Amino acid sequence: MAGLFSKLKEKLTKTDQKQQKSKLKETLTKTRESFVSKVKQLVTVHKKIDEELYEELEDILLQADVGVAATCRLMDEIRQDVKKRKISDAADLRNLLQGKMKELLGEDVSLQTDFPPPTVILVVGVNGVGKTTTIGKLAYRMRQEGKSVLMVAADTYRAAAIEQLEIWSERADTEIIKHMPGSDPAAVVFDAIQAAKKRDIDVVIIDTAGRLHTKVNLMEELKKVRRVITRELPDAPHEVLLVIDAATGQNAMRQAELFKEATDITGIALTKLDGTAKGGIVFAISEELGIPVKLVGTGEGIDDLDDFDSDEFVSALFADDEEDEYDEYGEEDEGEGDDE
Amino acid sequence: MFEGLAEKLQGTFKKLRGKGKLTEKDINDALREVRFALLEADVSLPVVKEFINSIRERSMGAEVLESITPAQQVIKIVNEELTALMGDKRSDVVFNSSGVTVFLIVGLQGGGKTTTAGKLALHYKKQGKHPLLVAADIYRPAAVQQLEVLAKQIDVPFFALEGETPVTIATEAVEHSLSHGQDLVIIDTAGRLHVDEELMEELQEMKDAVAPQEIFLIVDSMIGQDAVNIAKTFHEELGLTGVILTKLDGDTRGGAALSVRKVTGCPIKFVGSGEKLDALDPFYPDRMSARILGMGDVLSLIEKAQANVDQEKAKELERKLRTQEFTLDDFLDQIKQVRSMGPLEELLGMIPGLGGAKQLRKIQDEVDEKDFVYLEAIINSMTLEERNNPNIIKSSRRKRIALGSGRSVQDVNKLLKSFEQSRKLFKQLSEMGTGKGSRKLKSMKFPFM
Ligand SMILES: Nc1nc2c(ncn2[C@@H]2O[C@H](COP(=O)(O)OP(=O)(O)O)[C@@H](O)[C@H]2O)c(=O)[nH]1
Ligand SMILES: Nc1nc2c(ncn2[C@@H]2O[C@H](COP(=O)(O)OP(=O)(O)O)[C@@H](O)[C@H]2O)c(=O)[nH]1
Ligand SMILES: [Mg+2]
Ligand SMILES: [Mg+2]
Repeated sequence: MAGLFSKLKEKLTKTDQKQQKSKLKETLTKTRESFVSKVKQLVTVHKKIDEELYEELEDILLQADVGVAATCRLMDEIRQDVKKRKISDAADLRNLLQGKMKELLGEDVSLQTDFPPPTVILVVGVNGVGKTTTIGKLAYRMRQEGKSVLMVAADTYRAAAIEQLEIWSERADTEIIKHMPGSDPAAVVFDAIQAAKKRDIDVVIIDTAGRLHTKVNLMEELKKVRRVITRELPDAPHEVLLVIDAATGQNAMRQAELFKEATDITGIALTKLDGTAKGGIVFAISEELGIPVKLVGTGEGIDDLDDFDSDEFVSALFADDEEDEYDEYGEEDEGEGDDE
Repeated sequence: MFEGLAEKLQGTFKKLRGKGKLTEKDINDALREVRFALLEADVSLPVVKEFINSIRERSMGAEVLESITPAQQVIKIVNEELTALMGDKRSDVVFNSSGVTVFLIVGLQGGGKTTTAGKLALHYKKQGKHPLLVAADIYRPAAVQQLEVLAKQIDVPFFALEGETPVTIATEAVEHSLSHGQDLVIIDTAGRLHVDEELMEELQEMKDAVAPQEIFLIVDSMIGQDAVNIAKTFHEELGLTGVILTKLDGDTRGGAALSVRKVTGCPIKFVGSGEKLDALDPFYPDRMSARILGMGDVLSLIEKAQANVDQEKAKELERKLRTQEFTLDDFLDQIKQVRSMGPLEELLGMIPGLGGAKQLRKIQDEVDEKDFVYLEAIINSMTLEERNNPNIIKSSRRKRIALGSGRSVQDVNKLLKSFEQSRKLFKQLSEMGTGKGSRKLKSMKFPFM
């Protein structure tokens, strides 16, 4: 209790705060098109590096949900580098920025599924981001690799969530463990781990109910699920995937923080990149929390799932929307599937 | 990471204090902070720019420049303009005077369309309407079942047709309602990306077929910069009549509300605040604007508090605070009242400046159930005199109390210290209520303190 009140007091009496330091300049006199302009174009228009170019780059980052703090940091660094290294060509500036952004994302890390069986993958996230769909796609991919897969219907809360997963398990041709709606998710998971051991399953993928990270009791429920898994299989879960909708704004940072705290996230699946949203918040998440993006979702179809590729991701961020870059991004190994 | 705009602006102007009169440049610095705050709250950049431009002139006026509290003046302007932009509190909906009324529910994938369809059905059922829930999402696995389950939960008739197109389903549903005495047809559609031309066309066909009175765009309140693109396209293609913001029960700042409102001009008619079907609330522009500015949803907090607090007691308490009669019994009472207001985390999330998840977690950790029980035990081990006049609790009394409550002397010390702090805090807060204290919460009464 002492803690509560002293914190309250602290917060309520604090008046001056650290100043946000940045060189972001107001660009108030101009109203711009809502769609991001292409950097390539920018570069040819500007050729030389000037304030306007900086501003436009800044706008691109902000509109990609990179966030104020990360954008300011990036732009500050760029400006310093330009000065230090006497860069004057606008094209070099673009490369500089893209390089920095890739640095933020770190090395690409892929999902690990080759542990001594069963590999257990726990999938978590807020409501409606695409957990169940991602599981369907992932299971399908594992099946294509010849692995046996067990889906676990541990979302016992949302209406028809179990039926939804069942349909995906039919599509992907996997086994499934389910209980009645409303039953204890930890109990479903317990049964599933037992079954996986008995049936020599290679990969167990656990679907959980969507929950807002701020709901303490639901986060506790998730911790319990995790504890049950670890009790039954000491090295598991091997992967804990946080699913984030690419359209999410700055709140995704909170989601990552709190889900990390509760379940020790090992990677992010960034979904719905087939829209116009850029998913730029993952730069801040990667930088501040060190959680890598491992998978990207690019549609509602069963093979609309890709490994994360930071090169492509960063260039998509700077591409013009009219080019439908996300379709290209997603279709890369999709459409060609038939050729094999 | 997200401090409220109030703190930031105070910081900005504090630096200038003693420098004499404010200049236009000072105001520009302040406006820059406003810009950041809005961006951090996920208001889309073009909307932010326009907004800042629109308040620039007012901000340069005497109202700010000559004020001794420029930060407050700027906040006031921002808050007022934002609230005005956000529109009226308007959950009124167009109903057909005779025959059936049709709602078409549209939006991106996973935003909460199906759930909101259920919520609307329940809402209007309670008002005496006879809704029919129509499953026209034929794409998403088990979407039809999902709506069926929800319809059963609230005992509302449900309509689906296997193997038919969404257009046919919608048309037949309206026919069905006419012959079955339903006067409100709520059509749940599949989620779709605004850039999916084929599916957007499908919605247009549905619109043409059933001529809905309301077309609601369902918007996830956690959405970021893309909100303008989404809302703009849906509006252009369909001519929306209203927006419903979902998932506001989290800690998102919800800047999308402003973006969507700005580009569509449509009123936000409801907000979703939970997964349960009764979690549908009216939209309050002022609260939304405070939330976007990071000032916490103070009004909701107060309302919540009011619903749980004995008004007489609250008045008495205010008096006591003013006259320094606040006792340990009152302290215990306060804690009980705060607790009765529901999950602490929810409550604290609404307090200005406390929105930060990290702090929340810490506080949450420190005030678990056990602590409350111990606290009560310690206070119960005190004599009446001690409770009314804690100053007399010196070391021998502390030992006795510790022994009586089964806690350590340190625990007793801690409690007394925390009481002292709280007394100060409560006093401070109640002064804010009467306009004496900090400017930040001026005119916001905390009835439970
Ligand atoms: N366009 C698109 N839609 C997706 C993607 N992933 C999931 N969805 C859709 O998002 C909605 C919610 O997905 P679901 O898996 O049920 O989310 P959950 O609540 O997190 O389990 C469904 O309509 C899915 O079809 C994606 O990568 N792209
Ligand atoms: N916390 C919260 N969850 C919501 C709210 N509205 C919908 N949801 C959840 O969001 C998820 C997606 O909702 P659904 O209605 O299936 O979305 P749809 O794909 O647009 O039909 C489900 O898990 C819902 O329970 C809300 O207001 N608050
Ligand atoms: Mg699901
Ligand atoms: Mg739906």
